[in-house]
Amino acid sequence: MSDSPPHDAKPRHSQTRLPAGGLSPEAQAAYWARNIRILVSLLLIWFTVSFGFGILLRNWLDQWQLPGTHFPLGFWFAQQGSIISFVVLVFVYAWRMNKLDEEFGVGEGKD
Amino acid sequence: MDVQAWTFVLVGLSFALYIGVAIASRAGSTKEFYVAGGGVPPIANGMATAADWMSAASFISMAGAISFAGYDGSVYLMGWTGGYVLLALLLAPYLRKFGKFTIPDFVGDRYESSTARIVAVICAIFVSFTYVAGQMSGVGIVLSRFLEVDKTTGVMIGMGIVFFYAVLGGMKGITYTQVAQYCVLIFAYLVPAIFLSILMSDSPVPMLGFGGEGPDGVSLLSKLEGLHTELGFASYLDGSRSTMDMFAITAALMFGTAGLPHVIVRFYTVPKVRDARKSVGWALVFIAILYLTAPAIAVFARTNLLETVSEKPYTEMPDWFTKWESTGLLAWEDQNADGLIQYTGTAANELTVNPDIMVLANPEIAQLPDWVIGLVAAGALAAALSTAAGLLLVVSTSISHDLLKRSLMPKITEKGELRAARTAAGFAVLVAGWFGINPPGYVAETVALAFGLAASSFFPVLLLGIFSKRMNRAGAIAGMVSGIGFTAGYIIYWQFLHKADSNPENWLWGISPQGIGMVGMCVNLLVATLVSRLTPPPSAGVVAMINEIRVPRDSGPAHEIEA
Repeated sequence: MSDSPPHDAKPRHSQTRLPAGGLSPEAQAAYWARNIRILVSLLLIWFTVSFGFGILLRNWLDQWQLPGTHFPLGFWFAQQGSIISFVVLVFVYAWRMNKLDEEFGVGEGKD
Repeated sequence: MDVQAWTFVLVGLSFALYIGVAIASRAGSTKEFYVAGGGVPPIANGMATAADWMSAASFISMAGAISFAGYDGSVYLMGWTGGYVLLALLLAPYLRKFGKFTIPDFVGDRYESSTARIVAVICAIFVSFTYVAGQMSGVGIVLSRFLEVDKTTGVMIGMGIVFFYAVLGGMKGITYTQVAQYCVLIFAYLVPAIFLSILMSDSPVPMLGFGGEGPDGVSLLSKLEGLHTELGFASYLDGSRSTMDMFAITAALMFGTAGLPHVIVRFYTVPKVRDARKSVGWALVFIAILYLTAPAIAVFARTNLLETVSEKPYTEMPDWFTKWESTGLLAWEDQNADGLIQYTGTAANELTVNPDIMVLANPEIAQLPDWVIGLVAAGALAAALSTAAGLLLVVSTSISHDLLKRSLMPKITEKGELRAARTAAGFAVLVAGWFGINPPGYVAETVALAFGLAASSFFPVLLLGIFSKRMNRAGAIAGMVSGIGFTAGYIIYWQFLHKADSNPENWLWGISPQGIGMVGMCVNLLVATLVSRLTPPPSAGVVAMINEIRVPRDSGPAHEIEA
């Protein structure tokens, strides 16, 4: 394995590893359902801060300014607020999923 | 030293740095990396991804586009960052667990079909070509200004450099070279922004400065808005694009980002699935630093430009004005023969400015020191070349590895494969050069078209490949073909065949060619779902593979990307 070029790697199913991380079909389904729940809730926020605040609701939001600045609120969400929210979302996702992995015993240990 | 001398010195130094890092990290690491399967830590991988990802469009073109379009330019800001959320949540961890090298590999294995693989290869080549064209145009602009030649000559010199750079090969692939490129690029972007913010606003932090007040106590945004109104330009804070078009372009850019072949590849280089998740986060942090600064540069540059040129005599224009005139990217025609420059949003306008020059011209307009101007040129070249070389790598490996070796000519020799890769890269440079000289729009626009193509071809098959156990071969192929076919058809129709009539009234639902990828993606999703329901479900082997990639444990060794 160590000497072969990476893109010629064969599928890696050796005898020591269990299929699907050793989870029973029921546990797999439960894990997946929890994963989908996390995804959907975070994607709702993703949609709200960009398409919602930045585009669809932005004229209405523009009646306020971001406190302490001269940014109209909708304009700010379109140019900066959405980006900051995206960064937070991705890290929250990583944190929630790593916790879920530990709970189901399919994590890969600490770094 | 003058501007040109500084440019040569700083560009030269930055290139020496990349080559030095490449040699140092290669000598020390080849064996250890592969044997230990250690991979690259998420923070370094995040920086490398950011460099790979931020191209001429982000560095040179985006702030300029925003400074001309104001609120409308937000599509680039939201679109090119929001896609990372999709990438992190919907694709990266699963593709990392799958552990193969390219998108066509995933598509071929998941859908058990070499036809699907070939369709994916063709889509990847098509997307990459469009994207490279945008980079070439960007390189041409930088070179034309600093070598003081016209843009066509600039693109031709750029073609030579890019070809040399891509054929040097491995250099590009090594993660730590890209870490160095990121550092040069972000330093070059932030330095002039900080200078401007100190000069023009009440804060040294540009991200906050443009929402603050100038030395005269007037809000910078309302001052610029006032200038726009006075001169008859469309409102900076409101923009002029329809809500529908804003929505469509933002969506096309987001879904396209998540489906870009050369970005996805990066997440195979981290050690574990949990690192793939975090790695996307770090990439986005490093990208966000530039993206939060871009709208600030846009406001500073626009205000400076208007105040410097409007109603001023042509004879008093500074050096930068005539230098950009000689590239053909800035033009003045004295319609009313009064010797003054009328720059307005009305028919009396006398000045045409290509938005792509704004980031480069900005430090000169603001009379910043010469070394800052040279630094910006070095950063711009780093951005354009790193991305162009990465894309050429995708084109050449797609053709030699995915198309020839894995599909059409399995018996091809290693030498033949290498020759095919080189030929493909050379051909790609020529075609990209032609489009760089005759671009279908300014850099950010051209690149946006590539994202539409990626959104309409890859995103749905990858998403459904992971999240639907029912999606099958026939559905995937039909989806990709119809999605990219529809999108490419619409783009070619409006950008090339009927350019004169290309306006919101004639477009489908008012959606511009830049945003049509969103519709193409919906077409793909619909067709794929429909066709898959009418044809037999995938085999038990595929279902087992889907179960496997949905669980992170035992993700297997990491890969280093190399040419």
